[in-house]
Amino acid sequence: MATFDVHVTIENKPGISDPEGETILNDLVLRGLHKSVTKIKTAKMLKFTITEKDKKTAHSKVQKICDDLRIYNPMVSIVTVDVFDA
Amino acid sequence: MKVGVVVFPGSNCDRDMYHVLSDVFHFDTQYFWHDKGLPKNIDAIILPGGFSYGDRLRAGVIAAHSPIISDVQKLAEKGIPVLGVCNGFQILVESGLLPGVLLKNESLNFMCEWTELIVENNKTPFTNKLKLNQKIPIPIANGEGRYYADDDTLKKLKKKNQIVFRYGDVVNGSANRIAGVCNEDGNVVGMMPHPERAVESEINPIDSKPSSLIFESLLVQMGAKN
Repeated sequence: MATFDVHVTIENKPGISDPEGETILNDLVLRGLHKSVTKIKTAKMLKFTITEKDKKTAHSKVQKICDDLRIYNPMVSIVTVDVFDA
Repeated sequence: MKVGVVVFPGSNCDRDMYHVLSDVFHFDTQYFWHDKGLPKNIDAIILPGGFSYGDRLRAGVIAAHSPIISDVQKLAEKGIPVLGVCNGFQILVESGLLPGVLLKNESLNFMCEWTELIVENNKTPFTNKLKLNQKIPIPIANGEGRYYADDDTLKKLKKKNQIVFRYGDVVNGSANRIAGVCNEDGNVVGMMPHPERAVESEINPIDSKPSSLIFESLLVQMGAKN
């Protein structure tokens, strides 16, 4: 068994408005000299620490937790699960 | 004719709701703590507003996993009237009892103000005494009250007459100005505004009668049943 850090990123699906990201872009970043930035999206990240036999199992276990417990709302959000060695 | 008010950790409109149900409309009202079950002889269930679990992760999602919700689901399937107000509405969508989702208000602000509702469906246990298109002056108090559903769900809601209330004006960016919806059977209703804060003339400077009809509708419904 090994310990893994699993990062769960929850963000709005494309097409769902993200007023916080738009405000950061328009009223902070684009007010300065950073005209090359075209989009900012906010997201929520949960960091799990989990002990499983391998990375693949850690990934599928956390994905299942996210799906079963509605850690993200599938109507509006997408979730990305990334596994790292602890 | 027993009405249950479900209390979650962080509910803060439960006592206002209890007061209105018992003192103003004389329902036999009882609190039920979220980690207990509900009796089978309950006649209606109210999920009041508040900040269950401090809105952590997402408003309503943790309370939606409370033990009492499985009983609410079972009773809802039997046709028992269920009303979710504000956080109660958020819990109903997160538990899958109602379609859609409630997102942060477009302004990102907590909004506490009087709004005007328009009645779109007067066939539910909570709207049967209201007239179609009747206007209801009523306060909102929420940070995550922007109703959203995908296009297919919105079409279905319209087709099946599941939109119960709309805002008169654009308030918070809700899809189609939706303020309240019901399930397909019509017995489970969720609404973001607070009728329990609007039924007494002492605290309603505009008109307390329309909001009163929401509770009087439940009286009619339960009277018809008994």
